[in-house]
Amino acid sequence: MNGQGIVHEIHPVELPGPLVPAGAEPIVRATKIEKYFGRNHVLRGCSMTVYPRETITILGRSGSGKSTFLRCLNFLEEPSAGRVEIDDTAVEARPLGDRPRAERERIRKLRTDAGMVFQEFNLFPHLSVIGNLVEAPVHVKHVARPAATELAESYLEKVGLIDKRNEYPSRLSGGQRQRVAIARALTMEPKVLLFDEPTSALDPSLVGEVLKVMESLAHEGRTMIVVTHEMQFAREAADRIYYMHEGQFVEIGPHTQVIDDPQDPRTREFLARFLGPSRSRQAAATPQDEAVAPPPAVGPGPV
Amino acid sequence: MTSLAGPVNQVLGEQILAGERSRSRRWRVQFMLAWLVIVAALVAFVLITINLDTQFIAKWLPFILTGVPVTIFVSFASITLAVILAVLGALGRLSVNPYVNGLASFYVSFFRGTPLLLQIVFIYFALPQMGLVLPEIPTGIIALGFNYGAYMTEVFRSGIQAVPHGQTEAALSLGMSGGTTFRRIIVPQAFRIVTPAIGNDFIAMLKDSSLVSVISVHELLYQAQVAGRPNHKSMQTLLIAAMVYWILTIAFSFFQARLERRQAVGDRSRRPGSG
Repeated sequence: MNGQGIVHEIHPVELPGPLVPAGAEPIVRATKIEKYFGRNHVLRGCSMTVYPRETITILGRSGSGKSTFLRCLNFLEEPSAGRVEIDDTAVEARPLGDRPRAERERIRKLRTDAGMVFQEFNLFPHLSVIGNLVEAPVHVKHVARPAATELAESYLEKVGLIDKRNEYPSRLSGGQRQRVAIARALTMEPKVLLFDEPTSALDPSLVGEVLKVMESLAHEGRTMIVVTHEMQFAREAADRIYYMHEGQFVEIGPHTQVIDDPQDPRTREFLARFLGPSRSRQAAATPQDEAVAPPPAVGPGPV
Repeated sequence: MTSLAGPVNQVLGEQILAGERSRSRRWRVQFMLAWLVIVAALVAFVLITINLDTQFIAKWLPFILTGVPVTIFVSFASITLAVILAVLGALGRLSVNPYVNGLASFYVSFFRGTPLLLQIVFIYFALPQMGLVLPEIPTGIIALGFNYGAYMTEVFRSGIQAVPHGQTEAALSLGMSGGTTFRRIIVPQAFRIVTPAIGNDFIAMLKDSSLVSVISVHELLYQAQVAGRPNHKSMQTLLIAAMVYWILTIAFSFFQARLERRQAVGDRSRRPGSG
């Protein structure tokens, strides 16, 4: 893709299954997703199986196809081939021609089951915070407005923004906007949450508050698929990590494998570049770490 | 050093603020002065060159003003028709259906490509040859509505396209259908974007409605001419009509500004201190 060196030939290895009790039914099953943008082959047969209460993190370089894969899961991007099944709703790719009405309705059902959080928040600027949250429950699920409002308030409470109930999105900080966006997705009570680089558009000082909300969701057993560059989040919240390279998942496993002991050379290269020398925590600490760490007298600190 | 910087900076800050305030006050005074001088000069010119004839004015003013409700009615009816046509036109121009899109683009091209005055006289004088006879006021409303509808179609289309694509994606990802997304998410935002343009068009239409005087709709300009011409007092009556149009325009500009400010709720533009 970047035209340098040898392209690794990928053998369709049977990648290790998820760490879930035997007999559990998967809630998301994406099968052999392909995606072309014109002649550009962006996704090359990506499959993913997610079980209830799992948190999945997709790592990979920018441009590797992570976001495109995520967007194929709820058909914001039309896959060129493959099949997506969420809960009981299955939709096949149909790159050519129009979909019949029944199939469009199935996509809609699939989308209501898969809440999405975007990099750019995409809150509705003409609606207040509470208006953003109740819009879809009222107009898609036809929940009565008082009931929807009650539900919305409980989720605003959860993300810590109940006091911003009547504000407009333009009056909120980036971190607050993203937390509202998370609450908006939650208010539809989806079966799985999709996060598309939710902290990449944020000021570094605001990343923490969003990650905290996401971590608490992961810990309470929400099923989540998260495209991110936040290694710390992947390490602490993800049950399994999918590493994507040039449109293919080349390594799948828990963080103890993918981050701490990667098996695939491309994963290793990515992590080395991303994390620097301190890739595995036991390795030599960076000078900043030294300065922060209180204990022994290893040498004179910076003056 | 820091102990000195505090009070010194504060004094300097106060001085800068006071300077800015007095400069902006002076600017406003000069601005109003410019208006005052021009208006005074015009009034003086009129008083010197012609005999204003207050008695004539007092006698005919009520007659001329009977045109005002007609002007307002024609304008409101026409803008309503224009908005309806513009929404349909914009939907057509955005349609993937080649026939619908073709029809909409033909409409825009034809009604923007021919003069409004011609459209008015065509409907009134030419269509009767085909057996289609319309009274004056409906003729005026149809011509104005279709003509402005064509211009506003393009305004609406660009307004809809100006709503970021992320809004559509967010709505779809919540399970909204295309129609619900359009009605609940896109249109409200597009309307906000086009409100200034609609207001502008309405003000333009208020004055273009005077064109229907050629088919003897008894609106403001027509009444002014009826009063002025036989009495050889067109200067007086036309000046009155001009003043009334102007006042109407100022009044609607005021309402437009208020509407825009109310819609700005939730917009970035609502900074502290600006409202």
